[in-house]
Amino acid sequence: MTTSEPLIVLESVNKWFGPLHVLDNVSLSVGRGEVVVVIGPSGSGKSTLCRTINRLEPITSGSITFDGQPLPAEGRALAKLRSEVGMVFQSFNLFAHKTILENVTLGPVKVRREKPAAARERGLALLDRVGIANQADKFPAQLSGGQQQRVAIARALAMQPKAMLFDEPTSALDPEMVGEVLDVMTSLAREGMTMVVVTHEMGFARHAANRVVFMADGQLVEDAPPTEFFANPRSERARDFLSKILTH
Amino acid sequence: MHVFTDPKNFDAYLSGFLWILKLTGASAGLALLLGVLLAAMRVSPVPVLRGVGAAWVNIFRNTPLTLIVLFCYFGLYSTLGLNLADSLDLNNYWLGVVGLSAYTAAFVCEAVRSGVNTVPAGQAEAARAIGLTFTQTLRIVILPQATRSVVAPFGSILIALCKNATIVGTIGVIEASSVMKDLLNENGDAVIPIFLVFAGTFAALLIPTGYLFGWLANRLAVKR
Repeated sequence: MTTSEPLIVLESVNKWFGPLHVLDNVSLSVGRGEVVVVIGPSGSGKSTLCRTINRLEPITSGSITFDGQPLPAEGRALAKLRSEVGMVFQSFNLFAHKTILENVTLGPVKVRREKPAAARERGLALLDRVGIANQADKFPAQLSGGQQQRVAIARALAMQPKAMLFDEPTSALDPEMVGEVLDVMTSLAREGMTMVVVTHEMGFARHAANRVVFMADGQLVEDAPPTEFFANPRSERARDFLSKILTH
Repeated sequence: MHVFTDPKNFDAYLSGFLWILKLTGASAGLALLLGVLLAAMRVSPVPVLRGVGAAWVNIFRNTPLTLIVLFCYFGLYSTLGLNLADSLDLNNYWLGVVGLSAYTAAFVCEAVRSGVNTVPAGQAEAARAIGLTFTQTLRIVILPQATRSVVAPFGSILIALCKNATIVGTIGVIEASSVMKDLLNENGDAVIPIFLVFAGTFAALLIPTGYLFGWLANRLAVKR
C-alpha cells in the first residue's frame, strides 16, 4: 500500500429507489492496489454500491471521486471514466452476437481506437491468461458459465483498467465452476489490481481481501481487515450474518 | 392461355412484374435504413428525437397507403414541384418509392423497437461499462441483436411491401395490377385465367420469400 491518495473515494453517498433508501450515508475509500470485499445480506445495497462507482447507478446525494476526479455526469467524459474501470457482472453479459475474441477486442478497438491487429494479439494473450485461448472463435452461448465469466474478466482487463469492480461474479455459477473464476480473481489481486468485490465467497474474502466491508440495510456497518472481521465482528448484525453463513 | 401467347401481352406481363420487383427492391432498402434510424430515435434519451420518431410512426402507419402514394404524386410532385427523374415513368416510379418507403419504414421501426426489447438490459450495461458511448452501444451491441431477432417479422413486412407496390399503379406506373386490369378489359372471355396467372405469379414470388426469411431467422438468431 502506498501513501498516495486513495483511488476510489465515496463520501456520504445516498441513493433512493423511490421510497427505498438503498444507500444510507455510505463513505468508503479504496487505496491503490487494495482489494476490498463487500459482503452482507441480500438487499443490503452492496451491488448498488458497486454499481455507483462507474455510475451505472447514479446517486441521489454525496460525492464519488475516482483517481482524484469527481465522477462526470454523462456523455463522453463518463464513457472515458468507465473505460478505466473494469466491471464484471453476475450474469456475465458477454455480447451474445460477438465471438469470444471480439468480445475482448471490442473495447480496445472502438473505445481506445487501437489497431485491430494489436488488440487481437493482446486479446489472445488475455484469453490465454484466463485459460480459454482455444475457444477464441466460439460464441458466448457455447461456453460454460465459468468460462464465460473468465472471458468477461479478460474483456474488462483488455481496457487496462485502473480498478476492477466485481458484482457477485460467482453467484450465477454452478458450484464446480466457482473455483476457476476465483483463481483468476486471486491472481489479479496478487498482481496488485485495485478491486472492489461484492461476493458471498467467504473463502475469497479471507485469503485475498485487504479489507472486508459489511453492509446491512443500506448502511456500511463494518470495515475491517478480514482476519479481524471474521474473528471478532463488532456489530450484532455482522455476528448474526456470519453465524448464518458459516455454520453449515 | 391464348392471352399470354401473344408476345405483346406477355411483354406487358413481364414488365408489370419487373416494376413490382423494382419498386419492392428500392423501397425495401430505403425503408430498412429509415426504419432502423427511426427505431434508434425512438429509444434515444433525446425527447425531440423520440417525438419525431413517434410522430412518423403514428402518421404513416395510420394513413392508408393509397392516400400516401397519391399525396406523393399530387402533393410532392404536382403542387410542390418535386421532380425525381427526367422521364415521366421514372419520376412516377421514384415518387412511388418515396411513398412506399415512408409507409413501410413505420412498420420496420416498430418491429426493430420490439426487437430492442428482446435484448437483455445487461448487454447495454456491459457495453457502457467498457466505455462505449450511447450511440456506439446502440450501433454495435443493441441494434445488431435487435434486428436479428426480428428477421421473421421483416419477412412479413417485405411480403406486404411487395403486394402494396401494386398501389403505385394509381399514379401511372404500369405495374402488374395495372397490366392485369388492361388485359381483363381487352379479354373479357379469359377473366379467370388472367386473374389466376397474376395471383399465381405473386404467390410464386412470395411463398419462397416467406420460407427464406423463416430460414434466415433461425440462422441469424442470437444464441443466449
